[in-house]
Parts: sequence; structure tokens; C-alpha cells
Amino acid sequence: MYGNDFAPEQDAPGGGLLGQVEAAEAALREAAARAREGSPTPGADPAAYFADVIDADQKIEPRDWMPDAYRRTLVRQIAQHAHSEIIGMQPEGNWISRAPSLKRKAILLAKVQDEAGHGLYLYAAAETLGVSRDELVELLLDGRQKYSSIFNYPTLTWADVGAIGWLVDGAAIVNQVPLCRCSYGPYARAMIRVCKEESFHQRQGYEILHTLAHGTPAQQAMAQDALDRWWYPSLAMFGPPDGDSTHSAQSMAWKIKRFSNDELRQRFVDMCVQQAEVLGLRIPDPDLRWNDERQAYDFTQPDYDELMRVISGEGPCNRQRMEHRRRAHADGAWVREAATAYAAKRAGRTRAADQREKVAA
Amino acid sequence: MNGPFDFTLALGDDALVAAQRLGEWATRAPEMEEDIALANIALDQLGAARLLLSYAGELEGAGRDEDALAYLRDDREFRNCLLVELPNGDFAVTMVKLLLLSAYQVPLYTALAGCPDERLAAIGAKARKESAYHLDHSALWVKRLGDGTDESHRRAQAALDQLWPYHHELFAADPAAPVDPATLRAGFDAVVQPVLAEATLTRPETGWTPGGGRDGVHTEHLSFLLAEMQVLHRAHPGARW
Repeated sequence: MYGNDFAPEQDAPGGGLLGQVEAAEAALREAAARAREGSPTPGADPAAYFADVIDADQKIEPRDWMPDAYRRTLVRQIAQHAHSEIIGMQPEGNWISRAPSLKRKAILLAKVQDEAGHGLYLYAAAETLGVSRDELVELLLDGRQKYSSIFNYPTLTWADVGAIGWLVDGAAIVNQVPLCRCSYGPYARAMIRVCKEESFHQRQGYEILHTLAHGTPAQQAMAQDALDRWWYPSLAMFGPPDGDSTHSAQSMAWKIKRFSNDELRQRFVDMCVQQAEVLGLRIPDPDLRWNDERQAYDFTQPDYDELMRVISGEGPCNRQRMEHRRRAHADGAWVREAATAYAAKRAGRTRAADQREKVAA
Repeated sequence: MNGPFDFTLALGDDALVAAQRLGEWATRAPEMEEDIALANIALDQLGAARLLLSYAGELEGAGRDEDALAYLRDDREFRNCLLVELPNGDFAVTMVKLLLLSAYQVPLYTALAGCPDERLAAIGAKARKESAYHLDHSALWVKRLGDGTDESHRRAQAALDQLWPYHHELFAADPAAPVDPATLRAGFDAVVQPVLAEATLTRPETGWTPGGGRDGVHTEHLSFLLAEMQVLHRAHPGARW
């Protein structure tokens, strides 16, 4: 794959997170090897069996019994995650045609392609729960399911492509690494694959910003401006503060979520501060400082009213993103119909040929 | 055209401009699988362009690298064929264009793989495999569209009628070049004819045969494409990215 032409690891941001992904993958393999007691004995209580599996940190698989609410929660979460990958192609896709070097253009194209691939894995994971991709896409296009709030912000300069890689992919990884251990097997496995590729994207974004921050004064200003605009929207990606988060408690009990929004946000801030120092960029928060007692950084919370406005459709690009997605879908309808008609004709011809052979024989 | 520099530059420009057009499809394809496929093909074309332009820069010996050649030449200095710079149009236009391009690039890169210039031979050997995939993909879609619904048939035939005149330029004779394009015509016909037949499409009569791309005389589309592609690079002279 193109875009692989980077010096390995060195100051790789989030390197520790990748270690956690590896550990989760090893745990997954061990759990699979450690043959489960088998499916519940006939007549046994399926709910008790479900609870046992969750307690034992084993994986629920598609054919296992699960509470309806667990299934619904997962469908919603996985679908919204998939939608985010698909809508998330737009802000970066906006710069493919203008990327400032051929190498950067190749890396960006490969990244946007990876995101489409992540969308496909995730829709496939959601389909194991008994819902079709077409239905989920309809829900997105009708505005009945959401995608990540972050993709409603515009990419105004090339540095925004770097900021998205570093901060947005960085926040996504911090969010998703714990999901590599989530209780639903297909989702956990998809997350392992996604996290590995995302961490690669994050490093590429960081490299873009690093080059800009060490470039001409105009490039440095571009990098700082991008950080200024993307910092708080990235913090808001972790969702509302714990007190206001509606799905948290149940998701934690089911081991779908493993850390609260605020815990993950703190982890992200702690990770970014040092990286920003290496970049030579200033995080736009005058109250950001190390707290010795907590062994963590104090920081200013994002504006949650703004987050709520963006989620409810009033961010800078919500309308544009949805309009773009709907138009691509509508413009492609005749192509999908042609593919279906062609496949049906081919199948018909094959059947007719088979029959002729039978008659001849 | 004369000499390996012009030849290499022209092939690099074909691939670069094709990649730029294909990249415009990202996030707009008719289905998600196709978003991935088009990005993949754009990446292959861009990869070939980078190898060819880098080598052209070395042949020229004036210190121009792939980015100097891509970002700092004007449209009168570009040597791509007209076919690749035409707008994407609908999906049928894009797929017919890719069919014509890849049915030319497969025999071209195959011949290049056997040419005495080692660098060009290595590039040809790598790009040939990728072009074979582009040809499979576009041929399948041209058949699906041509032999799909009435609407898709109409659009595919319109695309073929619109683009067919531009393919003649690809085979203009150049006996001095490492691979004379005129020798590639038979390979092209052998691939394209059966695809059009299976797609139930009618091959247009030869009439108007536009050309000029190899001399830097382009359609009006190219300078817009370059304005967009080069805007950021040109705004920061000498910067590293």
C-alpha cells in the first residue's frame, strides 16, 4: 500500500495504545482457544448463560442469545460508528485534489480509502446482529441515526488534514482501544483491525503537522490555526460529561463500554500535551496545567452546548455533509440498478444454458 | 515527441492527470465498494506517475523532481493525452474512459517491460499488473452498464460516442520512442472489441480525431484541473510538505 514510506515508530504518538491493541488481540485469541463450556444446555436459562459469558470476559457471538436491549444498543453504536467512517471521508476528501506534494496526495488517498474499508467492516459487524446495511444507510440518509459530531467541522487549510490525523484519529483510537475488549466478538475484532490502521493514520497526521510546524512562518501559522480550531471539537468527541451521558451505565455493565467519557477524555488530553510540545505548537487552553495531586492535566472542558447544537444538526457542515451523501447515493441509483439487472440477466442465461444441456443429455 | 525524456514525461502526465480525475470520485461513488475501487485505481495511477516523473526528471538532468514536474509546469508544458483530462461526467463516462485508457496502458506497459532501458522496463513490469486490474474492473462495469437497464445502456453508449474520438491520439506513430504507440493498436482492438460486443454497445465510426496533447495543446479543461491541483504548492514557493 502506498503511504507506507515512513520511518518506523520513533516518536510515534500513541505508541502505548497500539500495545494495548496487541494485548487485546492476544486475549481474544486465548479466549477463543479456551473452549467455552459450549452453548447453554437445552432448557437452561439463556439469560443466565449470557450473564456468565459477560462475567467471564468471554465473547458473545452472533448466534448466542442476547437481551433485545443489548442487541439494539450494539446496532445503534456500531452503525453510528460505520456512518462516521463514511461521512468522515468528506472533510479529508476535500483536500485530495489539492494535496501539496504527490507523496502527500498518495497518503491521503490511501487514508480515505481505508476509511471506506472501515465503514464496510463495521456495517458487516452490524449485519451479524440481524440488520441489513441498506436499512442502516437509509437511517443515516433520513437523519434518524447520527455520525460523529467532529465531521461537521470544515477543513479550511491543508494543516486541517494534519490536525484531523493527529487529534481526530487520536481521539478515535483512545475511544476505540477499549472496544477491542468489548463483549461482542464481531465488534471487538473489527476494532482491532480499525485501531491498527487508525494509529498509522494518526502518525501520518502528526507528521504533516510536524513538517508544517518546522516549516516557513506561513506554514507554522497554518499549523497553529488548525490546532486552535480542532482542539475543542476533538475533546467533544468523547461525548457529554459523565453526569449527562445517557447510555453509559448499562453499556458498562454489559462490557460494551469500559471507561467513562470523562476518563477517556482525560487520557486523550494527557497524551496530547507532550506531543504538542514536540510539535512546538500551543494547545489553545490558558488553564491547561499539570496537577501533581491527580497526576493528570487540568484542562478547560469543551463547550457542551455547542456539542449539543452540532449533534442536533446545527454545526457548520451538517447540511453539506448530508446533502453530499444523499446526492452520491441518488446519483448512483441507476448504476446499482444496472448492476442488479445485469446480474439477473447473467443468472437467467446460465439457467437457460443448463436446461439446454439437460435436454441435450 | 522525441527522446526518452519526452516519452517518459508524456506517460507520467497521462497517469498523473488520470489519477487526479479518479481522485475526484472519492466520497461520490455509486456504492461503497466502488469508492474503494476508484481510490485504489487512482493510487495505482498516481504511483506510476511518481515513478515516471521522477525518472523523467533524472533524464532531463535539470534538477526537477516529481513535484517540480507536477506542480510547477503550466498546461502548455503538460504532455498528457486529451482523453485523461476530460471531466469525469457520469459513472459511464468514467468507466468507458478507464476502459480505453487501460486497454492502451496494458499493452504499453507490457512492451515497456521488455524495452532495453532498465528503469522503464522495471516501471512497465510493475504498472502492467496494476493496469490489468484496471482493465478487468472497467470492462466488467462497461458490460454491466451496456447490458444492464435501458437507462444504463443509453448512458454507456453516449459515453462511448463522446470519448471514442479521443482514443486515436493514443496510437499516433512515434518510431523514435522506446515503444512506438502505433504498434499497440492491435492489442487495444483485441481487448476492446469483445468488451463492446458483450456490452451490446456499437463502436462509433471513425470521424473527428482530436489530438494535440503530446504537443501541449490541450482542451480547455486542463488548466482548471492544474489550477486546483497546484494551488497550494504554488502559494508557498520552496516550502517542504
